[in-house]
Amino acid sequence: MAEAIPRDIEGAEVGRGTTAQRLRDDLMVVNMGPQHPSTHGVLRLLLTLDGETVVDLKPIVGYLHTGIEKNTEYRTWQQGVTFVTRADYLSPFFNELAYCLSVERLLGIEAPPRAMAIRVLVCELNRIASHLVWLATSGLELGAISMMLYGFRERERLLDIFELVSGLRMNHAYIRIGGLVMDLPEGAEDQIRAYLKELPHRFDEYENLLTGNPIWRERNRGVGILDAATAESLGVTGPLLRAAGVGRDLRKDEPCSGYERYEFDVPTRTEADCFARYEVRVAEMRESVKICEQVLDSLPGGPVMIEDPKLRWPARLSVGPDGIGNDEAYVRHIMEDSMEALINHFKLVTQGIRVPAGEVYTPVESPRGELGYYVVSDGGIRPYRVRMRDPSFCNLPALPVMARGRLMADVVAAVASADPVMGGVDR
Amino acid sequence: MDWLDWVLLAARVVLVFGALIVSVMLAVWAERKIVADMQTRLGPRRAGPFGMLITLADGIKLFFKEGITPTQVERPVYILAPVLSLVPAFLAFAVVPFGAGVELFGRRVPFQLADLNIGILWVLAMGSLAVYGVVLAGWSSGSAYPLLGGIRSSAQMISYEIGIALGVVAVLMYSGTMRMSEIVAAQDRIWNIVPQFPAFLIFVTAALAETNRPPFDLPEAETELVAGYFTEYSGIRFAMFYLAEYIHTITVAAVAVTLFLGGWRGPVFDFLPWLWPLLWFVLKVVALIFVFVWVRATIPRFRYDRLMSFGWKVLIPWGLVWVLATGAIVVLPEEIGRDALVRWVAIGAGVTLLLSLIAPLLTRGRAGTRP
Repeated sequence: MAEAIPRDIEGAEVGRGTTAQRLRDDLMVVNMGPQHPSTHGVLRLLLTLDGETVVDLKPIVGYLHTGIEKNTEYRTWQQGVTFVTRADYLSPFFNELAYCLSVERLLGIEAPPRAMAIRVLVCELNRIASHLVWLATSGLELGAISMMLYGFRERERLLDIFELVSGLRMNHAYIRIGGLVMDLPEGAEDQIRAYLKELPHRFDEYENLLTGNPIWRERNRGVGILDAATAESLGVTGPLLRAAGVGRDLRKDEPCSGYERYEFDVPTRTEADCFARYEVRVAEMRESVKICEQVLDSLPGGPVMIEDPKLRWPARLSVGPDGIGNDEAYVRHIMEDSMEALINHFKLVTQGIRVPAGEVYTPVESPRGELGYYVVSDGGIRPYRVRMRDPSFCNLPALPVMARGRLMADVVAAVASADPVMGGVDR
Repeated sequence: MDWLDWVLLAARVVLVFGALIVSVMLAVWAERKIVADMQTRLGPRRAGPFGMLITLADGIKLFFKEGITPTQVERPVYILAPVLSLVPAFLAFAVVPFGAGVELFGRRVPFQLADLNIGILWVLAMGSLAVYGVVLAGWSSGSAYPLLGGIRSSAQMISYEIGIALGVVAVLMYSGTMRMSEIVAAQDRIWNIVPQFPAFLIFVTAALAETNRPPFDLPEAETELVAGYFTEYSGIRFAMFYLAEYIHTITVAAVAVTLFLGGWRGPVFDFLPWLWPLLWFVLKVVALIFVFVWVRATIPRFRYDRLMSFGWKVLIPWGLVWVLATGAIVVLPEEIGRDALVRWVAIGAGVTLLLSLIAPLLTRGRAGTRP
């Protein structure tokens, strides 16, 4: 039979002495993960159970460590974009945005208005896609298996849009230092507009399916409570904090990339439970649709990349028969027409740009909370340090608070409501 | 009984056994197809026409896979558990009448393996025995998740067994017999689902829980307990659990059809008169299984403690109330005329008293006073 391993909460073995200790012998230590259907990838939760009641929970991370932060120190500044986009793989545009904003601040430049607007557009679409994955997976985790497929179906459409815009479904490297890698392709605006019209109806459908469902309410209401004071002292941000009644949203508080130009509300709830987080996220998706529509309505013209030839990425991309690739005309230009252009291209691509020495911290509001990039330059062609303050990681300490004294089934609901993405946690 | 009777019985046993296996195959396929359709997917479509042979392919795969036995297991029990789970699932079907019968070699051959005079009790008994397989599997696996799954399911199955029994008792009182064939015969004018609708709801709800189907699939809640009691099983032993679960589902649907939906009753036409009852029976079972699948695709999973409180505080009290009401319905027509008024009032008062005693219990169970 399964041995009830006599260990105390810290994981040390318990001696067989006092009554209290002997009572503790009945505790069972269970590893939930790293390979478990509902731990969002490879999160490992060390559960100490008394029957089905959780006595303690310890999140253990590191199973998806990719060395992204360290790697950026050995690559040029521009190459950093392709690294950071892979950290929190459900919100790649936010990673790119925060990194590029940081480097731009060090360089003392600002992207052209059109680039800024499109950045907001893709980021908000990305927020919807990320929340849809959250809705799908947390539905699955509470047994609403159809929600899983519906959520991913909508996200698929968004990924199609991302593919149309950037050429890639994930890990786009679309936002670059000084602007964007390329402008919106033809037809993209119409496609996005058409889909934005459809989305609210989809949200209505999902709310019909879940919001009033007694089992869904009962599984989420009063579960995983994390009050505002605890959340703030733990450094928890994002929907978890807003569901506790704190209307902190960096898009309002410290707007970047022109967020101040758009009108939207910051949905908050005060119940601080899983259901409040569900409501907050669904409301946020609706707000994101509103922002995207405003961006499309007020999309300025002009270039999407700064003009400075010493800084801008020299290559140009275009859509060919086999997808997006190097623009043929540009390749001909540097290979056949202009030696100076070739030299400039060679210097910028192989050596990279120089960024003045200094350090900046740039936070953006990612779907999971405050995503901050602390970027240090020593004046060289490579970052001295790129440190991410990833909300998935910073929200993890909330899990024990939400789970202690609750049932094992509530752990699943609580973890789902925290929405950690292990790519961002371990980077 | 002469030798021909034995041959016919043996033939029926083999036929029912084979039909159950085949129907599991089809049920798994149908479930995957229906759920896929509800989730805007395609579902299995490679093996055979419309992917109908997918279960066969899976079964063959599982049969040839290595059966890994973890080192921590209690070996004899570990190996016995799937068998203990499978056998009662098959046996329970023995008393279900699945057709009106047929004249063969000058003798009547009923479409039923054994028309026991305690038919319903047999079904309940086999349902209870099935718990052993689950509990022993969870216990003998020597691992945390199966143990939790086993504990959960023992509590759940035993609790909901009572719910099933109460639903059955109401029918039993109404029909006045425990013999399955007579229960079907008693529904010649009106199916039991009409006068016994509350019992039907109680029975089907409890049966969903009893068979560990969503939204009551707590013992194997995959997002919590990985795969519940059969986490440590692989290969053919895993397949046996799977098979047992689906046979159990089919049996429960068949019993529900027999008790509430008139069994094999339905219009019979001149062409092959023995075939029609069988067809009606199968159609009704399929319809019920479709409802089970529908529920699975729609409703999230209960939480364990809520499941138990639902069973004990809602299902069982209402079952008791309904049994009492059925008693009144059955007894009163005979009693009327002899001090009818007095008895009516007395029973009415009794029911009201009982309801008032139970009502606070019910509202508390539903309002969820648990923090």
